[in-house]
Amino acid sequence: MIELVGLTKYYGDKLAVDHLTFTVRPGIVTGFLGPNGAGKSTTMRMMLDLDNPTSGTVRIDGKHYRQLQDPLTYIGALLEAKAVHGGRSAANHLLCLAQSNGIARSRVAEVLDMVGLSTVAKKRSKGFSLGMAQRLGIAAALLGDPQVLLFDEPVNGLDPEGIHWIRNLMKNLAAQGRTVFVSSHLMSEMALTADHLVVIGQGRLMADTSMKDFIHQNSRSYVRMRSPEQQRLLDVLHTAGINAVAVGNGSLEIDGVPADRLGELAAEHRLALHELSPQQASLEEAFMQLTAESVEYHAHDGDPVPAQAGLSPHTRTPAEPQSAGAAPGEPQPTGWGADWQRKRS
Amino acid sequence: MAAVGQVIRSEWTKIRSVRSTVWTLGIAVVVTVVLGVLICTLASNDFDSMPVRDRLSFDATNISFAGMGLGQLAMIVFGVLVVSNEYSTGMIRASLAAVPQRGTFLFCKLLVATALVFAVGLVTSFLTFFAGQAALGDLRAYIGDPGVLRAVIGGGLYMTLIALFSMAVATMLRSPMLSLGILMPFFFLISNILGNVSATRKLGRFLPDQAGSKIMQVVARTNDDVPYGPWGGLGIMIAWTAAALIGGYVLLKKRDA
Repeated sequence: MIELVGLTKYYGDKLAVDHLTFTVRPGIVTGFLGPNGAGKSTTMRMMLDLDNPTSGTVRIDGKHYRQLQDPLTYIGALLEAKAVHGGRSAANHLLCLAQSNGIARSRVAEVLDMVGLSTVAKKRSKGFSLGMAQRLGIAAALLGDPQVLLFDEPVNGLDPEGIHWIRNLMKNLAAQGRTVFVSSHLMSEMALTADHLVVIGQGRLMADTSMKDFIHQNSRSYVRMRSPEQQRLLDVLHTAGINAVAVGNGSLEIDGVPADRLGELAAEHRLALHELSPQQASLEEAFMQLTAESVEYHAHDGDPVPAQAGLSPHTRTPAEPQSAGAAPGEPQPTGWGADWQRKRS
Repeated sequence: MAAVGQVIRSEWTKIRSVRSTVWTLGIAVVVTVVLGVLICTLASNDFDSMPVRDRLSFDATNISFAGMGLGQLAMIVFGVLVVSNEYSTGMIRASLAAVPQRGTFLFCKLLVATALVFAVGLVTSFLTFFAGQAALGDLRAYIGDPGVLRAVIGGGLYMTLIALFSMAVATMLRSPMLSLGILMPFFFLISNILGNVSATRKLGRFLPDQAGSKIMQVVARTNDDVPYGPWGGLGIMIAWTAAALIGGYVLLKKRDA
């Protein structure tokens, strides 16, 4: 169990973490989600007493980190891969950490075996790939067989097999009754692993909810319609008792009515349609909407490059409709912060 | 509370498991001894052509430590790397998460490194003394002569303090490049310049290396007006080191890792 109360961190004038209060409970995987620069890593560093909070406290099973005897046996953390001395072998890296917390030497070989690095135990970690370094970091986190585990972006740099492995590992650790707190900037990744979700943006708490509720509230499906005779279309829909919402740029959004029925209705009234497309708001989109206003580094639309360029290749583009007659010279803002940009313009 | 014994074991594993330890300490020994023997050989050949003044103040013990001026640079590199490697690799976060008592962490790290440097420094000092004296032939001093044993043990202490001072500076500065970029030219150039220019000589002799190296002198130089003796000089060096250590501790304590 990790409890954060009013945790705040300023770097100079810059507010990095803004009065965070939440609790990470045992027995489940808690996802810690936020765009890059939202303050996830800073929060995790404060949990480990590496950074001093400007105000507020973090308690681990009711104690301050510094009060823990042999802290690695309470809480294991993977902060960043490659935070190891490249000239030291994997086994010696783990050995010096084990010794400092009075952990038996035999445990080093055990965790190396657990993460699949036994064959390179004596190799200097300088030559490790990012994936191997990530596994070494996970081995260090597991070293003290702790009840609380923190993972900062654990899937970064892992291959698909490695990603699958870490997902199962986290689920198993939680199933054993441990507290598992894992950060990510990928909603899609969280949807597969986390039971509970804590979302932050610009250091502020945006959501603290179960994954189930989050999906339920945020995965809305609707149909988008566009017609040159928008007013007549609205009238027709209204007469049929269908509620349509105009969302600007000539589109209507209709909830809860299948696309076939809407198409047939338009045909009956000889209405020309420029678009009729079923839409599924992905979780990724829901997350982006939630944090759009707090994204620190916006990609600007109107740039010659696509708005998503420069973001992680893992970032999925929200499903965009194949607009039949999108007017040229009227670019649709897409990608991170699109809604925010739209609201402002 | 972290048990000091555990942390000392851990720090010893850290030191012995990287190659830079062997390289830097090895170079310190070899450079000091080889250069010492070389200069002793030259001195013994040139002794007869020296001015009388220099012959009168000839310090057979001190001249065998002539290689230390260069050998200490390797000690500085060792001291800097022991501490700043933690920062340059990011290992410091793993280390401090394992030992959140930063005072204990720093104390154990410096204790282990200092003990190792003292052992190596003492061996170097005795080696370079005996090898140097052998090269001096008739001019040699003996370990039983007054002040000689003090000078030889002092040589080991001097190297230890140079390394410890470097560790403390690296704790304050964190970056290996910055630490070496300040310490190397300081001890290799600036200290020598300040100590040899007559205008700054009075100031230069209070610098840690110049004050500390007094412990390795047995015969006082002619017209020596240095206001401290061998132990006083070492005391000045210890004061510098202590000040740097306090600075490092205070910064480590309050800084974000």
